[in-house]
Amino acid sequence: MNKSTNHQITKSPNHSGHFGLYGGRFVPETLMPAITELDSAYREARQDAGFKKELNQILKHYVGRPTPLYEAKGLQEAVGGGIRVFLKREDLAHTGAHKINNTIGQVLLAKRMGKTRIIAETGAGQHGVATATAAALMGLKCEVYMGRKDMVRQSMNVFRMELTGAKVIPVLSGTQTLKDAINETIRDWVTNVGNTYYVIGSVVGPHPYPMMVRNFQCVIGRETRRQIRQLAGCLPDVVMACVGGGSNAMGIFYPFIKDQGIRLIGVEAAGKGVETDFHSAPLAVGSPGVLHGAMSYLLQDRWGQIKGAHSLAPGLDYPGVGPEHSVFKDSGRVEYVAVDDEQALEAFRLLSETDGIIPALESAHAVAYLKELAPSLPKGSIVVINLSGRGDKDVATVAELIKERADK
Amino acid sequence: MNRIDRMFSQLKKRKEAALIPFITTGDPDIATTEALILEMDRQGADLIELGLPFSDPIADGPTIQASSQRALRHNINAKDLLGLVKKVRKKTDIPLVLMGYYNPLLQYGLSAFAKDAATSGLDGTIVPDLPLEEAKDWMAAAKPQGLANILLVAPNTPADRVKKIARATQGFLYYVSITGITGARTELPTELSQGLNGIKQLTNKPVAVGFGISKPAQVSMLSAVTDGIIVGSAIIKLIEAHTIKQGNDLKAGPDLVKKVGEFIGELKKATKTGY
Repeated sequence: MNKSTNHQITKSPNHSGHFGLYGGRFVPETLMPAITELDSAYREARQDAGFKKELNQILKHYVGRPTPLYEAKGLQEAVGGGIRVFLKREDLAHTGAHKINNTIGQVLLAKRMGKTRIIAETGAGQHGVATATAAALMGLKCEVYMGRKDMVRQSMNVFRMELTGAKVIPVLSGTQTLKDAINETIRDWVTNVGNTYYVIGSVVGPHPYPMMVRNFQCVIGRETRRQIRQLAGCLPDVVMACVGGGSNAMGIFYPFIKDQGIRLIGVEAAGKGVETDFHSAPLAVGSPGVLHGAMSYLLQDRWGQIKGAHSLAPGLDYPGVGPEHSVFKDSGRVEYVAVDDEQALEAFRLLSETDGIIPALESAHAVAYLKELAPSLPKGSIVVINLSGRGDKDVATVAELIKERADK
Repeated sequence: MNRIDRMFSQLKKRKEAALIPFITTGDPDIATTEALILEMDRQGADLIELGLPFSDPIADGPTIQASSQRALRHNINAKDLLGLVKKVRKKTDIPLVLMGYYNPLLQYGLSAFAKDAATSGLDGTIVPDLPLEEAKDWMAAAKPQGLANILLVAPNTPADRVKKIARATQGFLYYVSITGITGARTELPTELSQGLNGIKQLTNKPVAVGFGISKPAQVSMLSAVTDGIIVGSAIIKLIEAHTIKQGNDLKAGPDLVKKVGEFIGELKKATKTGY
């Protein structure tokens, strides 16, 4: 990589929210005052020691940070090759996934801005649960949009949100999944822009969201740097994470981005195969376009209509990806690969057996790629995988799949 | 002078506000859209907004979302829309403006689209997810072809920003009547006239108001304070009501074009009474 692209990466985004060709603010005019207000409120909060202190206190005593970095001896033995594998245990954060790092930050910001109502979209329900939880903690009213199909698939998370006092609103339009839940949340925001704060769940959407969510999630990578130095005495050779919208990957990659010697690998969902119409791999086989307020890689047809995504992991089931990932793809700083539903399912079972850790189906994608990667790594290589969430939410889905296959 | 500018200056002399209907291209099919353009023109429409259907219309309410979905059953795309414009342009001189989201234009290729649009006889575009800051590339492609890019302002747009947008917009300034999405409303905000008066003080360009307007009485009231009135969802509802199912397909019922035409006639009459 040459010096100029490196410079572009570390300085981005620019003042108008563009990461090179990507990002930006492609929103209806009604939202422009709201995202300008959010941008300045966030910049102010970042400079405020009191905000930082309050956030860190909550992350420590409520979320349970730092989350452990665990050497998965069983898994490393199973994959062989004499490599060492460490798991960043975001599955042990409160509510069971990394999503809470971002929602605590944003809801704290919403409160500081004097907003009285929180809205959010959710696909698998993890971000919805994390938003509802943060809103309950800080005493704000919360409404979560969720595709009707996802509500059926993830009924446990619907109930968790309701228990914490949130209202879950079924989305009946379009695909009835995450993409349309985001559309509906944006429509709500346009309508109630005065008192309402929209908590976006990934490094997507109009500026400043991709930058802000990245910064809230960077706690993952910062802790990992410290912990791996303590445990292994050096920095890792490879850092891997799954990529849907890309927030857990961005959170662990970003603090390593300037360490050119460290390989960063993002794993997308190949679903039933990237050559089929049933996958969620815009970086692998998509093309740049504008969706949900930003320019980035997308799944689309030649006329610019957005295509539906597919993955066994509902949290990866999205036709877009964060704009900064598009920059990292083009510059080559991050390698993006894809593993399919079968590989993810196999990794889900493997890690459960080898180390007694049931990973989220999303995180299982990153674990799955380890099997492909391991033979090519020199002996003694150190690999860190972001275990972004726990798999409790997926056990019903997996049990059904296993039963289906046994019946065949 | 282009068709849009000419239309506004003629109406000003006649002391009428412009009636600007919106319909989705290809809802329920292209032939009906063609018939609707010609009939609305006959009944007094002054400019027609042709919606380009999109899979993810974030600024639209349920009525226009459903209309887009109906059009997308036939995979209506930007090329189809330009083909239609080219065809009707031989029969009418009414200003025709595309209203649609940015991604389909981007995928067509901005300069290719601008060129093809101008050749077809399209007069301009309204792109609701392309605010001023992001509009530079499109405006640079559109301008040499004589296409107007019409920008929007909302009730919550600060005055200095309204001025900036008004300077950059071409054809007219689109004033969004409410902070919200498209869709017919029985009541318009009470502060709408005041908001429009405020906007008129900030620009000399024609101002047209849209979102939520559905009745002749509202049109009559608004024609006293604005240069143009945009009606969308109320017409789409009428189209929906007169669309019939034929097997798995949808087609225009026998009265569809006539009913829409009558409604346009009533709305047009109202633009003359309040001015």
